[in-house]
Amino acid sequence: MDAISQWRKQWFDYIQYLRQEKGFLDDQFVQLKKLQDENSPDFVVEVISLFFQDSEKLLNNMANSFEQEVVDFKQIDAHVHQFKGSSASIGAMRIKNVCVTFKNYCEAQNMDGCLRCLQQLQQECSVLKNKLEKLLNLERQILAAGGSIPVLE
Amino acid sequence: MVKKASMEDNGAEKLAGQNPGGAKIKALIVDDNMINQTLHRRLLQNLGIENHVVGNGREAVDVHCSGNHFDLILMDLDMPVMNGIEATKKLREMGIRSTIAGVSSRSVDEDIQEFLEAGLDDYQQKPLTFAKLVSILQKVNHMGGS
Repeated sequence: MDAISQWRKQWFDYIQYLRQEKGFLDDQFVQLKKLQDENSPDFVVEVISLFFQDSEKLLNNMANSFEQEVVDFKQIDAHVHQFKGSSASIGAMRIKNVCVTFKNYCEAQNMDGCLRCLQQLQQECSVLKNKLEKLLNLERQILAAGGSIPVLE
Repeated sequence: MVKKASMEDNGAEKLAGQNPGGAKIKALIVDDNMINQTLHRRLLQNLGIENHVVGNGREAVDVHCSGNHFDLILMDLDMPVMNGIEATKKLREMGIRSTIAGVSSRSVDEDIQEFLEAGLDDYQQKPLTFAKLVSILQKVNHMGGS
């Protein structure tokens, strides 16, 4: 097996691991990949970058909200709602699931539950960022060597 | 012309970017989230649909006041300044008869019902996918993109 074929296999196995084994990503991520074509070669990178910029802002806003004397759970819920929407749009399944739990804790005004979820979101975002960077680096390596990215079903 | 496999699978090439009169469909994306704006733009572009983006309901109303017309409006619910419910009501009051599809991550029935009653023609839960967009476009075609 030549180098490009090996990298393609590595890429395919890695994305399967992220989707099926660990549930980091769902089918929406595959949909994003399908929308990328020669007219928009950087579409997925662009959307992922926007997601992590937005995530950082939302996580900071949430952390600031918990530092106020009177915690506004409705405001935090609005941030979590945005986060849930963004994560669903890129197919970040684990993050979306944490947001669902987080929203329930906001509704119940459960401070401990909310803080646990905030911590979990910070952790999940950092892990996903590293994993997607690895995936995208592998893609760049394949493309630079003249190969093509496998098509996902 | 090379068509995308996903388009062919859905038979969407029949719908792609045109209303029954053969005129090009023009769409307005109303969403404050840049990720959704980028995703919705790409989905529409993929079908050859000309599109314009605004960041909240007030801007959607303003763009119509400036004399612009759209066959399709993809309307988010939760937005600053003016939300999707208020904007849809306002647009209908102004006599705008475009197909308005609510696209939001809300899943509670009462929220969706309130949004629909504001004057929506369709509601799809986020994330918007190719299949969901095709289903919305069928409504534009049935309504003649008026």
